[in-house]
Amino acid sequence: MVSSLANSGTGVPAALAFPDTKSLQTASYERQLSCQIWSLDGRLMARSSGAPSNSLSGDDDGFADRLVDGETWRVYAISDPDKNIRVLVGDRLGLRERLVSDLIRGLLWPALLIVPLLGLLTWSILGRGLFPLQAMAVDLKQRRVDDLSPLNVSHAPPELATLANSLNGLFTRLDAARQRERDFTAFAAHELRTPISGLKLQAQIAIGTSDLTQRNTALNNIVLSVDRISRLSRQLLTVARLDTLSQEEATEEVNIYELVSGIVSDTPARPGLRIMLEESLQNASVKTARDLLEIALRNLHENALNHSAADGDVVWKATYSITSLEVTVEDNGPGIPESELSLVKSRFFRGRHKSTSGSGLGLAIVDIAIHRIDGSLTLINRGNSNGLSATVRLPVH
Amino acid sequence: MRILIVEDDRVLLDGLKVGLSMLGATVDTAECCTDGLLAILTWRFDAVVLDVMLPDGSGLDLLQKLRSSGNTTPILLLTALDDVRSRIKGLDSGADDYLGKPFDLEELGARVRAIIRRKEGRATSTLQYNGVVLDPATLTVSVNSEPVKLSRREFAILATLLEHPGTIASKVNLEERLYGWQEEVESNAVEVHIHNLRNKIGRDYIETVRGIGYRMRPCK
Repeated sequence: MVSSLANSGTGVPAALAFPDTKSLQTASYERQLSCQIWSLDGRLMARSSGAPSNSLSGDDDGFADRLVDGETWRVYAISDPDKNIRVLVGDRLGLRERLVSDLIRGLLWPALLIVPLLGLLTWSILGRGLFPLQAMAVDLKQRRVDDLSPLNVSHAPPELATLANSLNGLFTRLDAARQRERDFTAFAAHELRTPISGLKLQAQIAIGTSDLTQRNTALNNIVLSVDRISRLSRQLLTVARLDTLSQEEATEEVNIYELVSGIVSDTPARPGLRIMLEESLQNASVKTARDLLEIALRNLHENALNHSAADGDVVWKATYSITSLEVTVEDNGPGIPESELSLVKSRFFRGRHKSTSGSGLGLAIVDIAIHRIDGSLTLINRGNSNGLSATVRLPVH
Repeated sequence: MRILIVEDDRVLLDGLKVGLSMLGATVDTAECCTDGLLAILTWRFDAVVLDVMLPDGSGLDLLQKLRSSGNTTPILLLTALDDVRSRIKGLDSGADDYLGKPFDLEELGARVRAIIRRKEGRATSTLQYNGVVLDPATLTVSVNSEPVKLSRREFAILATLLEHPGTIASKVNLEERLYGWQEEVESNAVEVHIHNLRNKIGRDYIETVRGIGYRMRPCK
């Protein structure tokens, strides 16, 4: 358009319809852009049909905002001294705004209709897609604390079934753990209440009887009961502590001789019993959680003392291999019947030849503690019914 | 009253044995289900005190076996698990009463007497006949409102006779009520006790049925 105007070069303004300002409302967007060509000496050489006859710009080239006939124009001016012309191109800002508002108005109505429709569609699709998840959430929310039955996965999509199966696995493990806990509490209640009942009965007998021998027997039984109850409560506390001691218990270099002699010195033993610590213990040391190892060895020691014959021997010794350290304690008590060897490590198992002081917890405690420090416990009856040999094998790093 | 205790804890067992003897009972003991069941099925006990957790099984299983064989011996369950659900389970298994550990000796005695009384269909705890009143709870006897002091054995014989005043109790029958398994029975022990009893309460109350046994003499 500009070159054709420039080339016409008649000096007579191309007389196309000159729209008055009122025609702005109806002016088509095609005439939005106006163009003027001026000679450098100030003559209007040509203009487009929508362009005003007044100059759209001042003397400077480049972009400028100008007020022409009461309207703001946005104008770009460029001069060509060779051809002796100056070209101005501009449009009215009012028209621009109308363009924008027409555009917005044109888009708004369909959008107002489509957006809720789209929303509705999205909502229903999401709702349908998430329904299994929602159902699972409701199921979980409505559960009682102790309800650990598996989630129903028959209608769940595959990706949800994976989650549900993992959750069900967790439920199963939790249920098993809780069952163990319940059993433990029930057994603990029984094991505590029974000696307490005995204690109370014997006390009532001691108070009620007039027979001196009967009273003495009752008093002796009271002492026996108190010993038993205190040992039992100590061991129950140990079990509770074992459950809280984490696997990441700080490890340190523990000398076995030092540890065992400490245990021996603060555990009262029947007179006549010989306790021997072999020399092999002196060089035996291992990097492990001291507390856990001490709990285990202390219980093994008490066990050996309780089951040894009155003039028996309790012997501690250690052997090294490349990968492990074995600490063994031997007694010459009755040993454990072969049929019960696999059971004695379970909590509250008391063998057929149970002693009155046994709680049924000792070997269970040892087993738990040793497992916590990645070791293992082996119980073997020594030949010729010569007592029990208990070996703790600890890995050497 | 002849009572069997089935309990595996030695100290508690000893306490029960001595304590119930002090309350006037003749006590026998068993330490596991097998022995307990055998004893109840072969011997007549007035009541059984049964622990639930025993080394060779549950006392509840013993109870069910016993009841399904038609045995109605009164049984008191003794257990550490005394929450409501366990109590209901115990009673539904056929127990007559349920006592949680630890318990009071006097209460145990009272409950044992109560289940025996219920079995025999008596409403009151005292036994009376012909002016003789015997109270098992206080171990006291009075004849025509005059208190009489009796030995444990004499008391047991009188109680046995008063439980079924019309029927004759044989000598063997009385011996069973007086002596536990481990106790030595002298051949004329019952005669001696009856003799002493007559000296204390009066000659007219106990009748000898020659060749059969003894009974309370019927009212005139």
